[in-house]
Amino acid sequence: MRSLTAGPPKKKAAKTSPGPAVQLSIVCDADTLRSLVRKKAVRVVDVRKADDYKQDHIPTAVSLPLARVLENDTPEKIVGILEELGVSDKTPVVVYDDTFGALAARVAWTFQYVGHTSAALLEMTFKQWKELRLETEKQARIFPRAKHSLNVNKNIYADAPYVEAAKSQPGKLLVDSRERLNFLTEHIPGAKNIPYTMVGSNGRILRKAEELKRFIENRGIASNAEVITYCGSVGTLSGLTYYALRLAGFQNVRLYSKSFKEWKALGKPKEEFKDATYWDLSAE
Amino acid sequence: MKKSRVATVNPRQKGVSPPKPNPKWGREEETEVFAKKVKLFRQGKISEDDFRRFRLQHGAYGSRLHMDYSMVRIKVPGGEITPDQIEKIASLSEAFSIGSAHVSTRQNIQLHWVQLEDVSEIMRGLVETGLTTREACGNTIRNVMCSHFAGVCPNEEFDATPYSMAIARFFLRNPMCQNLPRKFKINFACCDQHGLVRVADIGLVPATKEENGAKVRGFKIYLGGGLGAASFIGHLLEDFTPEGRVLATCMATVRLFDRHGNRENMARNRMRYLVHEMGWEKFQKMALKERSIVEMTTSYSTAQLFDVKSQEDTRQLPKAPRMAKLPMLNEQVTKDSPANERWLHTNVVPQKQEGYFTVFITLGAGDITASQLRVLASAIRDYSAEGVARNTPQQNFAVRYVRGTELRDFYEKLASVGLANPGALTIASAVGCSGTTSCNLAITNSHRLAKEVQRKFLELGLDTDDSLRDATIKISGCPNSCGQHEIATIGFFGGATRVNNSMTPTYTMLFGGSAGEQGELAKAAMRVPAKRVIDTILKVIELYRQQRSASETLHHWVVNITKGRGTAGIKDLEGLKAALAEVIQLPAPEQDPDAYMDYGSDSRFSAKTARGECAA
Repeated sequence: MRSLTAGPPKKKAAKTSPGPAVQLSIVCDADTLRSLVRKKAVRVVDVRKADDYKQDHIPTAVSLPLARVLENDTPEKIVGILEELGVSDKTPVVVYDDTFGALAARVAWTFQYVGHTSAALLEMTFKQWKELRLETEKQARIFPRAKHSLNVNKNIYADAPYVEAAKSQPGKLLVDSRERLNFLTEHIPGAKNIPYTMVGSNGRILRKAEELKRFIENRGIASNAEVITYCGSVGTLSGLTYYALRLAGFQNVRLYSKSFKEWKALGKPKEEFKDATYWDLSAE
Repeated sequence: MKKSRVATVNPRQKGVSPPKPNPKWGREEETEVFAKKVKLFRQGKISEDDFRRFRLQHGAYGSRLHMDYSMVRIKVPGGEITPDQIEKIASLSEAFSIGSAHVSTRQNIQLHWVQLEDVSEIMRGLVETGLTTREACGNTIRNVMCSHFAGVCPNEEFDATPYSMAIARFFLRNPMCQNLPRKFKINFACCDQHGLVRVADIGLVPATKEENGAKVRGFKIYLGGGLGAASFIGHLLEDFTPEGRVLATCMATVRLFDRHGNRENMARNRMRYLVHEMGWEKFQKMALKERSIVEMTTSYSTAQLFDVKSQEDTRQLPKAPRMAKLPMLNEQVTKDSPANERWLHTNVVPQKQEGYFTVFITLGAGDITASQLRVLASAIRDYSAEGVARNTPQQNFAVRYVRGTELRDFYEKLASVGLANPGALTIASAVGCSGTTSCNLAITNSHRLAKEVQRKFLELGLDTDDSLRDATIKISGCPNSCGQHEIATIGFFGGATRVNNSMTPTYTMLFGGSAGEQGELAKAAMRVPAKRVIDTILKVIELYRQQRSASETLHHWVVNITKGRGTAGIKDLEGLKAALAEVIQLPAPEQDPDAYMDYGSDSRFSAKTARGECAA
C-alpha cells in the first residue's frame, strides 16, 4: 500500500498553492485527489451506506449516504448538510461510491443544484480504488462546521411540467438513461435512449470525452441542444448521464431528478413497445 | 495513474499455449463508413432500399417491427473464438445491446436491440479483437462454418479448420460475391457424422485418397442443399475433389449461381432452387465445366489468396497426462447423481488426443449474459490448452483441449455462474431461433419454447437417459428453418391456426430428420398448439419407451416410423399421429385462456410479421 505522505508532489495538481482551492468539475482522477488529500485542500464525500464507510474509506472522507440526501430534499437542508460536512463555497468536493458512479453523480449534482461550484466525481469506484491498492483508512472524520451560501441553480433542474413542455420545443431533447429493455417496455414519449451502461468503461465511471462525443454525434444530436436526462426512480443513473453529457461538451443539461417513477405516478402518457417478446432474450 | 495499475498476469500458465494471434477479419475504416451512412440515411440523403442493402452487407438486420434497432450479427468463422473476443462481446453487449449475447445456429454471435446509431461503435470494438460483421447478412457468402470437432474428432481424415478459414478469407470482401442473387452458405465437416454438409450451398467433408502410393488430401463436396420454406439435400459433385481443386470448385459454383440464379423471385432464389429446377445432372456438368474455365483463367496471384498454410495452427500444444480412468464418461447417471457426474456424462467427450477432452457449455437457446461471457473467457484461458473455444450450431460453446485432470476445477468455475448445466449433448439441448423476440418474420416465440423444453427436460432428468441421447429437438418460429427443424429427430416450425374458433400459436411437428453426410430431411406430421408441444414430445417419449425394440434409440425408433418400418403398435407416421391425437387437444378457450397464448405473452395471440431481410 502506498503512503499518502511519502513521494514527490504530483504533476498538474501540484500547482494549486495560492488563492482559492482548485476548481473541480465533472471528473477528478485518482492522482489529483491523492494530492489534494495530502494538502488537506479537498472534502472527500463517501456516499455509500454508513456501514460500508465504517469498514474503510478514502483518507479524510466524510460519510454522506445517498439516502440522507434524498430524505433532505430541499435546497436549505442540503446547504445545511454541506455546512455540517465542513464544506464552504470554496471547498473543492470529490464524491465517490461503489455503484459505477451513479450515486456519486446524484449527490454531486445536488451540491451543484444548491450552488456549490467545485464538485467532481472520482474517476473510479471505491472497489477499483482498493484494487489498485491505494490508501484507505477506517477512522470516521468530522470537520469544523463551515459557512455555505444558498444559490439555487435552476438551469440544471427539470420537473414534470418542464419535461412535458420541452417535448414540443425544438432544440430540447429528452434522454432516458435506463437499460435498453426497460426503455423498450415503456418510456416518456419522444425520449431517446442512452443507457447508463454506455457511458462508463474499463474501470472508469465515465469514458473519455472524445468517445462520449462520438456516441452523441453518431446520434445526430446537435452539441448546442438542451438535454434533459431521466431514469427509473430518483435520478441516479440519469445523474451519471448528466455528467457524461457535460463531459461530452454539452453546456445545457438538466436532470429530471424525480424521473419516470414520478411521471408514472402522475399518470402522464407513456410510449410502449409490445410487438416483440424481447425480454425472453435476456438470459436471466 | 495508468502505470500504477497492476498488470493482469494469468497465474496459471501451466502448459497452455501462447494466445492465438488477432485474426484481423475486421477493418477499422468500415466502421467509419457505417457511421457516416447512418447519418446520411437519417438526413434522408440515402434511400431506404440502398441503405438496407448497405446495412445488411455490414451485418446489421432490422429488428422486429422496429427499424430503429438492429440485430448485429458477428461472424465467427469456423466458430473459433478467443477469450479476448468473448470479453469484448461482453462489454459491447452491456454498453450497446441488452447485456446478453445470442449464439446462432450458424456459428454467429448476435447482439440484439442495438440502436442503429450505435452499430458502428460495436463494429469498432469488434475490429480491436479481429472480428467482423461484414457480409454476415445480405446477398453474400455468409459465415463459413466448420465442425466444432474439427482437429479433435477421432473419425476425421484431417483437420478441416485451416481450409474453412482460408475459404472464408478468400471470399470475404471479394468482388465476385458482393451481389449474389441471394445468400450463400458454405459448411465444412470433420467427418461423416458431424457437420451440416448436406444442407448448405456447398458442403465439404475431408477425405483422403491413395495416389501413386501417396496419401492425397481432398474433400467430398456436396452442392445445392439448404433448409428453408422448401428444403433440399445437397448432391455429391464427384467421388473425390483433391485439395488443389477446392478453391476452383467453390469459385465455379459461386459463379454459376451468380450467373444463373433467379434475381426476380425472392422467395425461390437460393441456389438449391436453381439446382432443383435445372436438374442435378445438368448442374453437375455445368459446375465441372465452369471449374475447368476457372482453373484456366484464374491468375496465379488470385489463387495464392487461398492460403491454407497460413491458417494452420503451428503452436505446439502440450501433452496431457494420461488418465488412469475416465471420469464417469462411460458410466450410467440418473437425475439424482451428483451434479458434477451428471455434467461429465452429458457434456464432456474424449478427444483423439489422449488425456484431452472437449467440454460443452449448455446455454438456453443460445443466450449468455455478459458476466457469464467473462467467466467463460477466463475459464478458456485457464483450462483450454489451445486457448480458444468454438461455438456450435446447437447454440452452445465447445471448449476443447481440457485436461482430464482439470475437469473438476473447470466444472466448479463454470458452475459459479450457472454455466455448468448438464444436457448439452442430449435431447435436452433444444435449439430455438430468435423467434418473436427479435425477428420480423417470426410468428411464434420459438426462442422461449426451446428454453422451456430444456428446462422441463432437465427437471425430468431426460438428459441422463442414454437411449434419448442421439435424438434432437429443433424449433423455428416460422417455416424459414433458422432453427433447423428439418434436421431434427423431432422438429417444429411456428404458425398460426384457428383452434376452437380462437387464433392460436401452433407448431407443425416434423419427424425423423438428421444432419451429417447421410443427413435426411424430417417429414411434417401434424400441427400442435404451442402450449401442448412439451406434453406432446413427452408423449412421444412415453410411446417409444413402451414400444421400442431392445437396443433401439429414440432417434432410430422415430426414423423407422417415418419410413413405415415401425412396430406393430405404431407402424408409420399415420399411426404416430393417431396416438398423439389426444395429447394435442386444447380445453375450451373459456376454461384455459392461457393455453391459447404464446410463451412469453400474457395477451391474446395475433400473428404479426413484417418484411424479411434475409434477401436484400
